[in-house]
Amino acid sequence: MDILPILSTLRRHKLTSWLLILEIALTCAIVCNAVFLIGQRLQRMDMPSGVAEHELLQIQVADVTAPSNPYARLAEDLAVLRQVPGVISVASSNQVPFGTSSSNGNLRLDPAQPERTLNAGTYFGENLAHTLGTRLVSGRDLQSDDFIDADTAMKALGTGDSKNLPHVTLITQTLAERLWPGQNPLGRTIYLTPVVGLRVVGVLDSLARANAYDTAKAQYTMVVPLRMGANKDQNYLIRTRPEDRASVMVAALAALKKADPQRVVTTRRSFDEVRRKFFQDDRAMAGMLVGVIAALLIVTALGIVGLASFWVAQRRRTIGVRRALGATRRNILNYFQTENFLLATIGIVLGMALAYGINLFLMLHYELPRLPAVYFPVGAIVLWLVGQAAVLGPALRAAAVPPVVATRSV
Amino acid sequence: MLAYYLELALRSLKRSPGLTALMVLAIGFGVAASMTTWSVFRAVSGDPIPWKSAQLFVPQIDNWGPNGRGSDGEPPNAMSYNEAITLMRDHRARLQSAMYQISPSIVPADASKHPINVSGHAVYSEFFPMLDVPFLFGSGWSAADDAQRAAVVVISSKLNQKLFGGSNSVGRTVNVEGKDYRVVGVLNDWNPQPRFFDVVNSGGFSTGVEDVFVPFQRAIAVGMPNDGNTNCNAVPAESGFVGLQHSACVWIAYMAELDDAAAVTAYKQYLDGYARDMQQSGRFGWAPNNRLRDLPSWLDNQHVVPSDTKVSLLVALGLLLACLVNTTGLLLAKFLRRSGEIGVRRALGAPRLAIYAQFLVEAGIVGLSGGLLGLLLTGVGVASVGWVLPKDIAALARVDFSLLVLTLLVAVIATMLAGLYPTFRASRVQPAWQLKSN
Repeated sequence: MDILPILSTLRRHKLTSWLLILEIALTCAIVCNAVFLIGQRLQRMDMPSGVAEHELLQIQVADVTAPSNPYARLAEDLAVLRQVPGVISVASSNQVPFGTSSSNGNLRLDPAQPERTLNAGTYFGENLAHTLGTRLVSGRDLQSDDFIDADTAMKALGTGDSKNLPHVTLITQTLAERLWPGQNPLGRTIYLTPVVGLRVVGVLDSLARANAYDTAKAQYTMVVPLRMGANKDQNYLIRTRPEDRASVMVAALAALKKADPQRVVTTRRSFDEVRRKFFQDDRAMAGMLVGVIAALLIVTALGIVGLASFWVAQRRRTIGVRRALGATRRNILNYFQTENFLLATIGIVLGMALAYGINLFLMLHYELPRLPAVYFPVGAIVLWLVGQAAVLGPALRAAAVPPVVATRSV
Repeated sequence: MLAYYLELALRSLKRSPGLTALMVLAIGFGVAASMTTWSVFRAVSGDPIPWKSAQLFVPQIDNWGPNGRGSDGEPPNAMSYNEAITLMRDHRARLQSAMYQISPSIVPADASKHPINVSGHAVYSEFFPMLDVPFLFGSGWSAADDAQRAAVVVISSKLNQKLFGGSNSVGRTVNVEGKDYRVVGVLNDWNPQPRFFDVVNSGGFSTGVEDVFVPFQRAIAVGMPNDGNTNCNAVPAESGFVGLQHSACVWIAYMAELDDAAAVTAYKQYLDGYARDMQQSGRFGWAPNNRLRDLPSWLDNQHVVPSDTKVSLLVALGLLLACLVNTTGLLLAKFLRRSGEIGVRRALGAPRLAIYAQFLVEAGIVGLSGGLLGLLLTGVGVASVGWVLPKDIAALARVDFSLLVLTLLVAVIATMLAGLYPTFRASRVQPAWQLKSN
């Protein structure tokens, strides 16, 4: 392959060549960073919830006038829901994984410790682990005699009466591993306040918290045996078969309305919707970036087609002369392909440096991680392919120039 | 003369329709992509109350101490009941209001209709004049109503439509959470985005409308619970809503209007004085750590503009840049080849200026067509933003007049600039040399 003649030709089109190189470099840099950003988003959207996502429904209701006994009301509502045909299990909960309303607590391993060890999502509610479908890895589930009414616990907290406070808890594997690395968490104690010590009786496979923005801390969750009364912040969770979800939702709402017509349903959705809603920003951002990348690659390809066609038209006579002197069609085709490859390579090298610079800038201003090296070859290959695909048409047209052109005068 | 250049330009563009189409497409694409993203960005970063945002301030008082601070040393981003009430009582700003989010049920007078759940805020009377809230009928309530915990309510025009068919309902009653409230005002359409008066609870943006406003002290007195976020650094000693009021938990938003630098300094001193008093009385075991930010810096501090939008704006600007480089390249290739034609025109007596005019007209036509195509694509882009973006943000992104003008200007100016260099080169060609070499 003769590179020198190509270089000397390009030297005669310095400005246009440099503009093409610049465009490829810009595209390469933006594509590298955008693909990386998309990867980050997709990874986040894959965050596990630990629950049977396709089998769960969430309902929230608000009372116009507060019930006289919210605990009795909650028990009634759960009983009513349990009767709905198709319902496998029901529970009440103060929050749902990936919900937007969260309840968190500061954990200490020693009651005298001044600073918290970490902050974890605290789930309250009966029958939660079973209904959510999160697997118990070791120990036992919470039992009904573990549970204390929230108001009783609040009063006990005021008086310091430890008998009427919850004593046990379930925690996730991730939390256990973070608190006591490599040790058996069963039987150990976590302190929510100096008087509220909770003994770990069971370890859950996985359970994400609400508002799980930080992937590393998404699994810091525990279930505390507090019984909450009916109010508009409580969630009724229903487990059913995936295909029954729509019908069960309708029947469950009707049953709740029948139990008390004077109330308002404020939330009704499947867990699929919970996840969709929580990650919608990530999906949006990924979608937008895909669009921009596509537009950018199309524009770059069009630019290459344009310039290459232009050069082919300009060099028709030279091509004719080369053909007349014995160059084959393939030689001509290869000439233009190599020319594009050279320009693309220079552009890609510059683009890599630019991509690195942009990443440094984003790291500085938007708390993004460092661009892994694997994205560089991805950008390079994409740009080479786009370049070769774009130049093919004009190059074929060049190869089709007949040798007789050389003998024609202008 | 211009007509002649136009004709020349059109003829030249027609000679290479493919290249012309490419240039127009490239510009159209670049303009559309960057403008679409820009419209989203503008929608979410727009100053919600530009005429007054520099006078509106959000005070923060550190009632949690060093243990409750984040790694950045920031005090809590909301206020506890105790602090909010003290600040309201001392009344050191010209206008101020504490507020918290409520979500009461409205029971329609017609018993056959279901009760509806609405959202709103419990605020003080000064909320309305401070934020220049527009009224359709009536007005806000008075300071006396605040003090007497009067059962009065300001409703949105939407709720007014639903309850009273849109008629002037001032003086009529609305049943809120089982109690009768007298309507004193109906808002004109008022849905500021971001929801700047309470960003902590709305996350900044909300598609919902604020339907009811009731006096703060009234809502407290009847125990209308807080529907927004509550953050505690310790478990409240008492349970329920009353317990929350006695606790150090933060759940109240606060805003004050301070009209000049002196007022700001005085207010800052007042806040620090309050914190020092608390320190001396032993309630706070730490030195004052307060903040007083004006609205724009508060929105920035609370990350109300998603940083995603900023990154995608950068990406879109990169795209525009790539498209401009592309067009420059194509224009350059096209114009540099026409040195023969320029030589002939110069030899026949055309001055340099005429060459500039001719080529700039040609570049301008390309830019204008690219801009028009870009407009079209921007329209399509903004309309389809709803596909990929969350509804509450997408609903705000729309093409408006200033965006249209800007799109056109960017396209034309960018292409003219792109066309300038080739024209400069082309018009410097020595006619004699050019003619000889051909």
